[in-house]
Amino acid sequence: MKNKANFLSNYLNNNEIRAFLFQAITVVAIFYFFYAAFDNMFDNIAARGISTGYGFLDDESGFNIAESLIEYSSASSNLTVFYVGILNTLLVSFVGIIFASVIGLLIGIARLSSNWLIAKLANGYIELFRNIPILLQIVFWYNILLINSPRSIKDSANVLDLIFINSRGFFMPKPIFEFEFLIVFLFFLAGLVGRFFIKKHYNKLRDETGKSTNTFFHSLLLVFGLPLIVFFLLGSPIQFSYPEVQGFNFAGGMNLSLEFIALALALSIYTATYIAEAVRAGIESVNIGQKEAAYSLGLTKTQSLKMVILPQALRVAIPPIINQYLNLTKNSSLATAIAYPDLVGTFAGTVLNQVGQAIEIIIMTMLVYLAISLFISFVLNVVNAKLSIKGR
Amino acid sequence: MATYELKNKKSPPISEIGVIKWLHENLFSSLFNSILTLFALYLLYLIIPPLADWLYFGAEFGNVTNDQCTREAACWTYIGKKLNLYIYGFYPEEHYWRIHLTFALVAVFSFIPRLFKNNAHRFKLIAFLFISYPILAFYLLYGGIGLEVVETHKWGGLTLTIIIAAVGIVASFPIGILMALGRQSKMKVIRFFSVLYIEFIRGVPLITILFMASVVLPLFFSEGIDVDKLLRALIGITLFQAAYIAEVIRGGLQAIPRGQYEAADAMGLSFFQKTSLIILPQALKISIPNIVGSFISLFKDTTLVLIIGLFDMLAIVGLSTSDVNWLGRETEGYVFVAFVLWIILYSMSKYSKNIEKRYNTELDKEKL
Repeated sequence: MKNKANFLSNYLNNNEIRAFLFQAITVVAIFYFFYAAFDNMFDNIAARGISTGYGFLDDESGFNIAESLIEYSSASSNLTVFYVGILNTLLVSFVGIIFASVIGLLIGIARLSSNWLIAKLANGYIELFRNIPILLQIVFWYNILLINSPRSIKDSANVLDLIFINSRGFFMPKPIFEFEFLIVFLFFLAGLVGRFFIKKHYNKLRDETGKSTNTFFHSLLLVFGLPLIVFFLLGSPIQFSYPEVQGFNFAGGMNLSLEFIALALALSIYTATYIAEAVRAGIESVNIGQKEAAYSLGLTKTQSLKMVILPQALRVAIPPIINQYLNLTKNSSLATAIAYPDLVGTFAGTVLNQVGQAIEIIIMTMLVYLAISLFISFVLNVVNAKLSIKGR
Repeated sequence: MATYELKNKKSPPISEIGVIKWLHENLFSSLFNSILTLFALYLLYLIIPPLADWLYFGAEFGNVTNDQCTREAACWTYIGKKLNLYIYGFYPEEHYWRIHLTFALVAVFSFIPRLFKNNAHRFKLIAFLFISYPILAFYLLYGGIGLEVVETHKWGGLTLTIIIAAVGIVASFPIGILMALGRQSKMKVIRFFSVLYIEFIRGVPLITILFMASVVLPLFFSEGIDVDKLLRALIGITLFQAAYIAEVIRGGLQAIPRGQYEAADAMGLSFFQKTSLIILPQALKISIPNIVGSFISLFKDTTLVLIIGLFDMLAIVGLSTSDVNWLGRETEGYVFVAFVLWIILYSMSKYSKNIEKRYNTELDKEKL
């Protein structure tokens, strides 16, 4: 009897067996939880007469979307709504990321300026916009745009006869690329490749003879000069479609809705504060000795910045900046508050309300964001591997 | 023997002292800097006067109606009239004292333990207060025995914002700790589920989780169980916040040297003792600045509940300006809410920087 008790307690005190038991219990608990939840769910769904499955994706959506990058009408399927939503989310995130990077870089550098006023202003910008919730900023800018833009087409604010602003948005010229533009673009690509080889050649020359050559003008000519010449030789193969009043609206041109502008503005202003902090942290992380050492080696100011300071600063700054890009993309989902037709607003909003299949729709929405997150993490890992210090 | 006489002292050149030196060094040290300064001054000139005019000099503070109020500048009368709505939501006015008492109790409860010198008693007392406070707070706010019931859909404004943030941080803490430990665990299954949970939650926007909580969660419960809207939002926010807290605490756990684990093992402590007495206290202490940082983002995120139909402070703007008496005062509302939230968030971020400095003493010494 005593032996048997010992046997059992020996087993229970064995780490491996304990771990196994513990994990088995966890798995059973998790599965039971989901089983119970889904069991209830199917009962509830049946009781409410909601159908299941992904059949609804082929059904006609039956509503209009103001902005779409692809062809869309109310006769399009719910699946098309899904794509329209994804594209709009990506569009506003992309624009936001570009502006946030530019503003953030400027503010981050300004924050470290030796000019007292500039440094204080940059600091004020960061402290002000960082500590106001992003959703509040989005609705605030939307409200400001809305109350300040003229209601009717006739009263549209006119900027140089090119841009018209009213409550339906910003109307501006839209470039239309002709086929010949492809040739210009090919020249541009060829210029990039050429620049790469020239750079390689001169680097080799420098390593052999110690004489360095400034390749800036070679590159400028190759990458921009040549394509520009070709562009004019081909007779400027870009046409512009200008917005013109036609009936009760503008025809032609490109229309950016106020929702889009408010969202992109708020996202860039808010995210820029974080990027600025990352830029500042990056620059500050480089020890002053590095700069002094570069100077005492005889490197010029530009050279030391390019070869010594920046590579080290970037290593610290880039990972948090990429993380901010992800945050911006996730924050773009707040578009739904001002009815910009992003993924959450259209698909997880209007379609969900019409179809009622909450689970399928929210899971699809979440998967899209997960995919974006995974993609950005992947980019981050690649960048980290590139930037990491290569030991010898 | 030569004698030396001190020459008369000359005052330093005017460019080397006082305001002029400061101006020269900080604003006009080079041509480029001078241009920048002028640019900044011009920018300020563009922004400050109209803003000051809108905010204060042209603004209306008196007791007027919306139509008498100016459209050119702020009409703060509107904020004054709706202040109660902004702070208490629809909570009945005669019961405001319950909200006041709930918040006052925080101060009282955090003061009581200081009266006790004995550490063992103090710890028990803190644990007791910590557990009893939420129950008491819920009783006071919601009501029940002896107190009139105030349904949660009447809660709103700043009160609701604070309640959501407070519940979110407290409730997400234990889950966050468990997930952080799970992610560090040697048990593969536990680690797998923890990583899955954390990365899933961190990969999706809060709004989708709130949608999940408000639309899908009710389907999970068996028929007849009606889950309160606020409670659903709280569940969503807690689950979301837990993943972020877990990552913060994991950072703290990773900073603990291996020797601490080994020493605890050598002392013969069990896993539970090791974790709760040796590892967690140190890990939590290191994580405090980041926990505050995470709390700041949670506080910002509480504004999202307006999308699922709760009336936090931001939602009150839309609500109160749809009152026919105060149409078109959104800007005032947004500025006011931004001001209040900014003060709270700015003080919290200053506080978090402060404690970061306090805990970073070793790093500072290295710099010297």
